[in-house]
Order: sequence, then structure tokens, then C-alpha cells
Amino acid sequence: MSASSVVLDHVSVAYGANTALRDVSAVFPTGAVGLLGPNGAGKSTMLKSLLGFIPPTAGRLEVLGLNVADRPLDVRARLGYMPENDGHIPGMNAVTFVAYCAQLAGLPKADAMQRAHEVLYYVGLGEARYRNVETYSTGMKQRIKLAQAIVHDPDLLFLDEPTNGMDPKGRDEMLALVHDLAHNKGVNLILSSHLLPDVEHTCDHVIVLDKGKIATSGTIDALKGPAGRVFEVRVKGDLASFLKHMSDAGMECHETDEDVMRVFVPGPIGSAGDDQRRICEIAQQSGVQVRHLKASLPTLEDVFARAIGEQ
Amino acid sequence: MSEIHDQTYRRYAGNREPMGRAWTVIAWAGIRAMLARKMFLALMLLAWIPFLVRAVQIYAVTMWPQARDFLPVNAQLFQRFVEQQGTFVFFICIYVGSGLIANDLRANALQIYLSKPLFRMEYIAGKLSILLFFLLEATLLPALMLIALQIAFSGSLEFFWNNLSVIPAIVLACVIRVIVAAVSMLALSSLSKSTRYVAVMYTGIIFFTEAMYGVLTFVTGSTRVAWVSITGNLDNLTDAIFRQPARYETPMLVSLLVLACLVVVSLSVLERRVRGVEVVS
Repeated sequence: MSASSVVLDHVSVAYGANTALRDVSAVFPTGAVGLLGPNGAGKSTMLKSLLGFIPPTAGRLEVLGLNVADRPLDVRARLGYMPENDGHIPGMNAVTFVAYCAQLAGLPKADAMQRAHEVLYYVGLGEARYRNVETYSTGMKQRIKLAQAIVHDPDLLFLDEPTNGMDPKGRDEMLALVHDLAHNKGVNLILSSHLLPDVEHTCDHVIVLDKGKIATSGTIDALKGPAGRVFEVRVKGDLASFLKHMSDAGMECHETDEDVMRVFVPGPIGSAGDDQRRICEIAQQSGVQVRHLKASLPTLEDVFARAIGEQ
Repeated sequence: MSEIHDQTYRRYAGNREPMGRAWTVIAWAGIRAMLARKMFLALMLLAWIPFLVRAVQIYAVTMWPQARDFLPVNAQLFQRFVEQQGTFVFFICIYVGSGLIANDLRANALQIYLSKPLFRMEYIAGKLSILLFFLLEATLLPALMLIALQIAFSGSLEFFWNNLSVIPAIVLACVIRVIVAAVSMLALSSLSKSTRYVAVMYTGIIFFTEAMYGVLTFVTGSTRVAWVSITGNLDNLTDAIFRQPARYETPMLVSLLVLACLVVVSLSVLERRVRGVEVVS
């Protein structure tokens, strides 16, 4: 198998007059890759284009070494797709539904039924496998979507917001399944999500999309950068002046959900004390009081914030 | 957690069927689902009652030749039988066809289907096969069985040799009627997520075109306007296929053209509506 699972070469996708992907070029390595981006960034569009649902207006899509435009069926035979929205075949119980999906993917009837039982146990629906899918809760529907996506043993799995609508316990279990598939079962996967902890928990690589373009990509560890270069800061006073002085000094400030901001200090790694002293000096020049200043570990949220230029 | 998972999930190393057979999976699943419904079985049984009546008629004529004067067994009998079954074609279309795609749209199933290795045409072919199977079972199969019964009761092939064109005529008439009904119903089913709405649309189109024909005939005083009615066009074609005098003044080719247009429009609707992603403009 090649070292990349998916290659996009100058791909543009448009819905009528609206361009969802703009001249995107990217290489998805094998393993677990997170596709991050805010709502409307083009994540789902990218997955649907890779499945052949939406033909690109320009560029070339390659999945597992196969050109999507030339061999869409061969591509889909090796793919598993867990869609974002609820989706099931009406009137079927879980085991019939999953076996049916396996047959559609080419498995013989007997093998399909056996695999259906196996994967339903795997995703935690073993006891509920004879229930009609329409009676399932949201969390169970997410699990059965995963079951139908893996029943034919795909080489590459597309997971579109797999934890949508799940309670915390269900979410943890779903992430554990995804992690297990990627790291213990040898299934390559692309996890599309706007939930950074989901991606951080399950993936090794990340590609960040914003407004239809690749904002950044790489391994999570590399993107996070070295520890000690991020600070949590809370100030009181003329915030605009402080932000301007920080910006002039080459430091990036990003707001968070709390009242603290996260400050990125560029340049070579120095001592944390030097960086803190510089921040205090800038605060003094700006006429603001520093109420909170603490060195922090870079997170995927920082990577995300920096990539999409969030202020 | 992982210990349990290791016992229950493993990579698949078995065989895979060649591509291009997914439509049979869809078709058989749909047929089995329908056969599991008692209401539907009752409808199918009802659809075979005219067959029993005609079988008794053929038996009576064979046993008592004098009955031939008022119960003739000829090509017209089979034509009338094919036309009579049109009522059941309508009800089977409503019962089986209205939900074929509408239910999948409601449950977002298209993205599941089309993420598997199958073309959109395979999905449509699978769904169409379900409807065709039951419609042919209610039209072509009993009609051909009537021919077989006629031969069996009379103990000779005389009727067969004297009416060589009847079997091809039955096949052609049934196939045309069934294809027009099935394709148009499937297209309507792809236009809505509600099976009731689809059923109402189908009923409306059949009755509206018939009513239009009635009004236009009254206004113009001619049956030349039969082309506006779907059933009128089908009857016109059936007359031509069975080599019977035309009951409408509409030329047969016009009826053929109208029905061909209906099928083309329906296929075009299916091509637009059956997609893995719904594009909202």
C-alpha cells in the first residue's frame, strides 16, 4: 500500500455559484487523519467528492492509488463511509440492515450475515441487533452507521462527525472504537470533525480546512510545536492597545471561551521566564494590568486557532 | 474494552461477488419485504381473481362448445384480460411503488446505498425490478397461464396455431403497460419523502389525464384527443398490438410517442433525483 491514502491535486468543487473547495492540494497519509475545520469549511464536501457523489469542477482526486473519476466503484469497494446525517434502510432490523449493506458491498450472503453479527457486537449493539433501526436512540444510530461502514472490511474509513448528538459516555466509547480501528485493526481513516478533542484523541495527523482551502497540515505533535511557547493571559485595562502592542511585538493573541486569552510567542525557544517578562513589559507599555499569566501546553485548539487566523 | 473488541472484529479474508450484481440484492430484499406483508398478499390474491373467472370461461367453452357463441375464446378475450388487469396494476403501483424511493429519501438511505460499490443506475434498476416483478406477476403471468390452460383443456394446439400472434401480443402489451406504470411511479416516488403524497400524485395524474380526455372529447366531439390520457394511449396501443379496430381516432404512433416521452421524462427525473448528495440551490 502506498504511504498516502488520499491525494487531492488542485481540486475545486462548486455547488452552482458557491465554491466549496478552492484549488485544494493535499496528501492524506495512511493511518488516522483528522479533517478539521469550522462548519462550512468544506470537510463534508471533500469526503463526498472522494466518494464520487460530487464531481470536482477542476483537479484530480485519488483514493488508495485509484483515480476517483476513472474507477469510482473500485474506490467505493475499498471505502467505508459513516455519514454525518442519520441514515438507514427503512423497515429493517439492525442485523438485516448491516448484512444488507455488506451484500451491497459484494460480500456473499452467508459471510454478510456473519460479519453483520460480528460488527454489531463490536460497536456495542449486540443485544439490540434484532431491533428495528428506526427505534434506536441517537447514540445507537451513530453506532449502527459505524457498523454498516466497517462491515465489508474497508481499507479506508470516512467518518463524518461520528460523535454528533452522543452523550459523554457514548462519545468516549465511540472514540475508543475509532481509536481501536485505526491503531489496532489497521484500518486507515479520515475523521472529519469540528470537535478538536475528538481528533486529538484518535488521530496522528491533522489537516485543517478553512473556507474551502487547506489552512495547515501535519502531525499533531509537530503542529503543536514545543511546549512552553504558549501563555494564558488575562489583563485589565485598554485591551485594544495591549493587543496592538503584542501584535507589533510579533505575538499572536487568541481569545478563548473563558476570559483568558492565549498568547503565542514566536521565535527560538527561550526560557519561559524571559517570555513572561516581555509580556509584562508590553502590558506596562499598554497601560494594562496583568491579572493572570501562566505558561501553558500547546493544544490542537491553538493549532486550529492559528491556522484559521481566529482572533 | 479492547479485549472484547479483539474477540469480535477481524479483517475479512473471504470472497467478494463481482461488481454489477448489487441491483439483484436490492431487488430481492424489496421483494421479500413485500411478500412479508399480509395486506399485499391479499392484494395479489385479489389480482388473480379475474384469472380464475377467465379460466372457468375457457373450461366452460371447452366442455360445452355451444357456449362459444356468447363466451368466445379468441384474441379479444386475452386483450380484455390484459386491460382488466390495469386496475390491479394501478393498486400494486400505489402499494409497492410509492415508497420505493420516497422511503429511502425520508431515511437518508441514498447516501448509504451510493457509498457502496454500485452505480445509480443499479440502484434504480434494483428498485424498478421490485415493481416490475409484481406487476408482471399480476399481468403477464396469468395471461400466459390462460393460454396454457386453453391448450390443456382443449387437448390440442389448434387455438395456438390459429392465433400465433396472441402470445407476442400479450407479452408486448403487458410489458409496455407495466414499464410505463413502473417507471412513472418510480419517478414520482423520487420526488417526495412522503409515500402518501406520491400515491396522491400518481392517482391524480391518472385520473386528471382521464378527466382531461373526457372534457376535451365533449368539447371537440372527437376522440382524436385521447393522447392526453395515459390509459387512453395504453388502450390505443393495445388495440394496435392485438390487431383490433382502434377505439380512438388518435393515431397509434402518437400514443406511442406520448408514452415514450413519459418514460424518458421519468428516467430524466430519476437521474436528477437519485444522488448521493442533495444539492440545494
